[in-house]
Amino acid sequence: MGDYYREEDLARFGQMGKHNPDLFRKFMDWYNAALEPGALSKREKVLIALGVAHALQCPYCIDAYAQGCLEEGMSMEHITEAVHVASALRGGAALIHGIQAHNAVDKVSL
Amino acid sequence: MDAPGFIREKTLRAAGLDILQVNLGYRCNMACKHCHVEASPQRAELMGPGTAAEVLGVLDACGIPTVDLTGGAPELNPSFRDLVEAARRRGRHVIVRSNLTIFYEGGMEDLPELYARLGVEVVASLPYYLEEGVDRVRGDGVFQKSIDALRRLNALGYGQGGGLVLNLVYNPQGAFLPPAQCRLEEDYRRALREGFGIVFDRLYTFTNMPIGRFRQFLERTGQLTAYMEKLAQAFNPATLEGLMCRRLVSVGPDGALYDCDFNQVLGLGLPEGLPRHVREFDPAGLSSRPIAVGEHCLACTAGQGST
Repeated sequence: MGDYYREEDLARFGQMGKHNPDLFRKFMDWYNAALEPGALSKREKVLIALGVAHALQCPYCIDAYAQGCLEEGMSMEHITEAVHVASALRGGAALIHGIQAHNAVDKVSL
Repeated sequence: MDAPGFIREKTLRAAGLDILQVNLGYRCNMACKHCHVEASPQRAELMGPGTAAEVLGVLDACGIPTVDLTGGAPELNPSFRDLVEAARRRGRHVIVRSNLTIFYEGGMEDLPELYARLGVEVVASLPYYLEEGVDRVRGDGVFQKSIDALRRLNALGYGQGGGLVLNLVYNPQGAFLPPAQCRLEEDYRRALREGFGIVFDRLYTFTNMPIGRFRQFLERTGQLTAYMEKLAQAFNPATLEGLMCRRLVSVGPDGALYDCDFNQVLGLGLPEGLPRHVREFDPAGLSSRPIAVGEHCLACTAGQGST
């Protein structure tokens, strides 16, 4: 099947506007506005994005926001901590569902 | 790539002449991975004493207020000390772009005291505030030596707001743009003060130039096109007003004149009809000259600009 994720495809993101420019423009306006500094700084937003990129395991987003962190002056230490936060949340989110499993077991148990 | 208008139309002009930047040679005690000059201990090019005397002749003939000495490590030029003293005697502000580790080379140990005695402004390279980032780009042990050198400068009164100016220079450690200068300056201040008790005046963030050793890295790793596109996308017309080439003339080790240190490395000389050598220096003509530009100029015009 070849490489499903190709590095050069990140730069082709704009082509998603080809068949519906109106929706794509709306998405991009919202996306860019969401990442503009507001109550949160650019740096905080880039770190959130990096964490989400890892939680979603999106290679394009990981590439983009790892670089984004460097361009905000952050080090490998900052990046690694953000990935740990995302991983911890993923792990915690899985673990809390263990209660559902317990509940399911309790429900059918004598 | 759609080049910005100032590159296509070649309309950028000088807006005065405040700084004479003098490159004293490409010899250096280090060989940093991002060096646009490709300086190293093996480089032989050094400005000779005759050319250094011609530089002083320019200071005698016109009122350029600032002399900016660079290299390589400018301190390795045998004429360096005489040039600094002579420029200071003439009342000029002198900036030395120091790599800091030069203070630990034989015969160079007294440089901090010399700088303090003469009131020289030190612009020191410290590509990051963490050891790993600095040593990867500049060589093992460089961060610790740089910290020791900064402590010596602080002990002499540098960076304390009392007139001895100590500015630091950040370079990205790879193919990405620098962060906002003011934000990174806060990080540097906190990390250097809390970790090492070091203070400084200002941090300058530089964008890596796609020339010299850094360009080789981009080519070797297949990142040149993407980097150039990144620079072009980040083009900010607001940077044009403050570009250093608009108020500076650069003198190469052989006395040839250029619009900046980067044009010097590329051999991109001043346009026809303008003085080409320091001995032909003509301040009036140079103050409003058209500036030779190329694709590399995108690095100085990206984002918030490169000071």
